[in-house]
Amino acid sequence: MHKAITVAAAVEKIPDGASLMIGGFMGVGSPHRLIAELVRQGRKNLTVIANDTGRPGFGIARLIEAKLIKKLVATHIGLNPETQRQMIAGEISVELCPQGTLAERIRAGGHGLGGVLTPTGVGTTAAEGQREIEVDGTKFLLALPIKADFALIGAHRADYYGNLDYSLTGRNFNPMMAMAGATVIAEAAEIVPVGVIPPDEVVTPATVVDHLVEQGEVHGR
Amino acid sequence: MDAKELIARRIALEPKNGNLVNLGIGLPTMVASYLPAGMQVFFQAENGLIGVQPLPEAGLGDEYLSDAGGSFVGAIPGACSFDSCVSFGLIRGGHLDITVLGGLEVDENGLLANWVVPGKMVPGMGGAMDLVKGAKRVIVAMTHTAKGKPKIRKKCTLPLTSDRRVSLVVTELAVLEPTPEGLVLKELAPGVSAETVIAATEAKLIIPPSIPTMPLA
Repeated sequence: MHKAITVAAAVEKIPDGASLMIGGFMGVGSPHRLIAELVRQGRKNLTVIANDTGRPGFGIARLIEAKLIKKLVATHIGLNPETQRQMIAGEISVELCPQGTLAERIRAGGHGLGGVLTPTGVGTTAAEGQREIEVDGTKFLLALPIKADFALIGAHRADYYGNLDYSLTGRNFNPMMAMAGATVIAEAAEIVPVGVIPPDEVVTPATVVDHLVEQGEVHGR
Repeated sequence: MDAKELIARRIALEPKNGNLVNLGIGLPTMVASYLPAGMQVFFQAENGLIGVQPLPEAGLGDEYLSDAGGSFVGAIPGACSFDSCVSFGLIRGGHLDITVLGGLEVDENGLLANWVVPGKMVPGMGGAMDLVKGAKRVIVAMTHTAKGKPKIRKKCTLPLTSDRRVSLVVTELAVLEPTPEGLVLKELAPGVSAETVIAATEAKLIIPPSIPTMPLA
């Protein structure tokens, strides 16, 4: 088992035009080194599935600012004026999805489900083009599963096998995305020996993690 | 007291002891500052935490702890964190007692529009559609008018946030309660007359024989 990879080599695996799920909520719990490396290597025409595009200069905003995204699936872009500008100008295509629905669509994608029925969005423009299904007199929308070529995960700790945990609100979409990417690349704030993360505290099993980004310059190297 | 403070002070009287409450970004967040002493309320941040509280001082932020706007917050002892599926399970599943959100328009049927002005301001719905659909009580905190134009309309001109009727609308002029019969003028802000509210409202209001003054926390 060999999971460690440099951040540059990890991003080299991602071709132009790839679809990426990127964890994080307003940049909290986002894989910031992978994002910076995507910008440095200039990956283009990306489809990005994420909760939001962060705020100017931070998080997924860096991909927006470098104009690397062709299509965005997100729930909220209100705190990033540049994303709104590019959308209104027609420079990027944006699909807005209710937050709970996006979380469930990603979960469905990673858990092998054919979709999820949600009451959210019934009777609104978010229901346009979607199948409405009535169950026991209540109307639901069929939220279809989403998968991606890559899931880029921002963990708190990873052990040598790639078991992951998360910290506080850094968890957000990361655990669902780690199940829904064909290739899963995790970046952790700390890499710890196997056993340091107790079994009950592992949130994402190492089994689904393909690559673990090596730590950068530490210990005075 | 400005309009926003008045609205926040009125809404602060709504939560009951032990309630789970979600406050939207901006004006709704101010509600937390005015809760009556001794009232224990648990605040949810939909990015994945129950037990949000303000930071004791600037500079103590944890990079992994923010509110849904991405601002640093603190957490109370007994707080718990979870992923976005659990967070929205709490919201949709009927476990959230109150959500307080801002509004662009509310109509005579109590329907809310608050997530988009097509072609102009497209922030996205974020968690708003789930919150309005799923919370036990939905309280709208907004100014009564925008640039002199009524925000309480016969029918919303902007895309709706949900097909679900909200529970209460609190403005700097009045408290309105949407009912199956229409919008009831429940309370008047201090010094405000029913005529003033009617003049600033496009929707038809149901006017009870006597209207109490808004209590404030």
